[in-house]
Amino acid sequence: MTMRKPAAVAAVLIALAVTTPFAGPYPILLITQALVFAIIAMSLDLLLGYTGLPSLGQAAYLGVGAYLTAILASRYGFGMDWTFWVVVPLGIFAGAATAAFFGLFAIRASGVYFLMITLALGMCVWGLAYRWNSLTGGDNGINLPGRPEFGIQLADDVTFFYLVLGFFILSLAALHLVVRSPFGRSLVGIRERELRMRVLGYNTWLHKYLAFVIAGGFGGLAGVLLAHLNGLVSPEDVILTTSVDVLLMVVLGGSGTLVGAAIGAGVVVFLREYLSTLVPWWQYVLGGVYVLTILYLPGGLMGIPERLRRWRSATQ
Amino acid sequence: MLKRRMTLMGLAVGMAATPAAAQELRIGFLAPTTGIFAQVGKDMVSGFQLWLDESGGNFGGAKVTFIVEDTEGKPPIAVRKAEKLVRQDKVHIFIGGLLAPTGYALAPVSTRLKTVYIASVPAADDLTQRDIAKYPYTVRTGWTSSQPSHPFGEWACEQGYKRVVTIGADFAFGHEVVGGFQKAFEGCGGRIIQKLWPPLGTKDFGPYIPQIKQNADAIFTLMAGPMSLQFPKQLAAAGNRKPVIAGGTSYDEFVLPSMGDEVIGHVSALQYSAAIDTPANAGFVKKYREKFGKVPSYYSETNYTSAQMIHEVMEKTRGKWPGAAQFVKLISAVKVDAVRGPVRLDEMRNPVQNIYIKKVEKRKMFGYEKDELWNTVIKTYPNVGQFWKFKKQEFLKQPVYSRDYPPCKFCE
Repeated sequence: MTMRKPAAVAAVLIALAVTTPFAGPYPILLITQALVFAIIAMSLDLLLGYTGLPSLGQAAYLGVGAYLTAILASRYGFGMDWTFWVVVPLGIFAGAATAAFFGLFAIRASGVYFLMITLALGMCVWGLAYRWNSLTGGDNGINLPGRPEFGIQLADDVTFFYLVLGFFILSLAALHLVVRSPFGRSLVGIRERELRMRVLGYNTWLHKYLAFVIAGGFGGLAGVLLAHLNGLVSPEDVILTTSVDVLLMVVLGGSGTLVGAAIGAGVVVFLREYLSTLVPWWQYVLGGVYVLTILYLPGGLMGIPERLRRWRSATQ
Repeated sequence: MLKRRMTLMGLAVGMAATPAAAQELRIGFLAPTTGIFAQVGKDMVSGFQLWLDESGGNFGGAKVTFIVEDTEGKPPIAVRKAEKLVRQDKVHIFIGGLLAPTGYALAPVSTRLKTVYIASVPAADDLTQRDIAKYPYTVRTGWTSSQPSHPFGEWACEQGYKRVVTIGADFAFGHEVVGGFQKAFEGCGGRIIQKLWPPLGTKDFGPYIPQIKQNADAIFTLMAGPMSLQFPKQLAAAGNRKPVIAGGTSYDEFVLPSMGDEVIGHVSALQYSAAIDTPANAGFVKKYREKFGKVPSYYSETNYTSAQMIHEVMEKTRGKWPGAAQFVKLISAVKVDAVRGPVRLDEMRNPVQNIYIKKVEKRKMFGYEKDELWNTVIKTYPNVGQFWKFKKQEFLKQPVYSRDYPPCKFCE
């Protein structure tokens, strides 16, 4: 069992890497977009699935990374050549730093109060993006001058897809290591019963705070990539809907699995961006998928094999 | 009605975007068909559709394929959908977008993908002013936000207004409409004595209305969406007796049918009114109303006229697609007698057109039996360009209108 899962994930990733270049010019963009959202969904899964912290403000870190990238690129032309490799850690750092600041307020609370605080903090970032005209362009947002070029041209969508795929694999691996580490196990312990962990001598506040900061860092990374994917950063990227979407991706795919968050991201992006070009009633499909998942698949899509197994053993 | 085509995954390889078939014209249309702006999106699509139906979808021998995509009113989604239209559907032209930010988001896409973009609604000033050099494939068939405000400022002076308070929705479009009015009004001796900026989407104007200076001669408002409905109601409830003058979207035909009698007598300025008393407009209003069950708004008219202008170009080329650069050249030279009056493009590809000063009146029009609210035209400023009577070079040197520009010199 334990060996089958990584093998399956690797097989899917290889299949994605091989087939995507043939997927047509528009689907490539969507697959790339799904991968970017998969990174931020996995970062939220670290909070929601492993630590039990339902954050409704994850788009804030996405926004910080994206706006940083856009401002550096459009004002100073920074990050348009090899300096892109400076912007990436900067974006991660900015996301993590924002989370480190917000965490001071948010980590005091839990449950629905945590939800409200993160929501409010997320709206603050949106408010800044929307109102701080001189820095963020207000509701017009910022257009980027293009994608970086350093020997290879990221303007080519296939190249850019491989770059994002690379970052996705690195993020998946890094987060996987985090949740498998003793640190990650204690996060699960906090999720299950914080009081007991505290009695055992764990500094649960610090554990939660660190998880929050790590998640913010990956949010910042997703922001850097999203800015270059769209060529545009707008307050719409930071708005509450984005945070809700990310939360739904995690729940849809199955929280506490990392891979599930990525699958959820794929499904939501596909329904939102591709189905909407085919049928006008795509919103009903999206709504139906959410409702059915919550009603019948509390474990998300990743819960399907387990349910099948149980169903099979029950019928035998 | 809408043709949607699905390219099977794996078939379309590469990104060579050479539109095939000489006698086909593929037009992509971007409008919010879901979300809070869905009804405006419907007006936009209906306007374009009406011209297509009348022309039988045949533009000078080219068969028109019309593909509508939903922007949800969000710039990032609009960008993605524009990419889809150009890359997957291989459209020759994409049209539309609603709000100014969408215009700013779509113009760079046209540059990047070397495809014609026609901004039929987005009115952001700089799109055809300070930024036009960046967007060689962008053409505007609508208006700049400040275009109607310039003659309107002069009109306000003629009414003898000396001191005016402005209250406008706090976003780029609002800043530009109010800014244009301020520049023109103060240019002819008026004074803006107070500027209030309620956030976009304000429902309760309670904190703003009592602030309005009592020694003002008139109130200039610029509302958008549901704000347009709330503000006049609450202003009337507060017992206002001052004349109300406004940017065009505060009273356009999209909101007018939902308004109450308290707006009678309010005056606004725009490049279109459904009550323009010409045979061309009467015919348009009747056809549109019969087909879609409502009076056309400027969102309908501008897209109808955009279709007309494209048709005109295709007549000249006998249905052959001339290539993006050549198309931009040809459409820049087109002069049409549009529903809204004569329209041609200036050298920065923004329409030169009539600006109508219009007053809300309750009356019968075009043979309809009921008394309804109409934007009766009380004065026409012919052939107004985006720079009005200002010198173009000087105008372009000043910053774009914003919350702080022009500065409020006479604020008390």
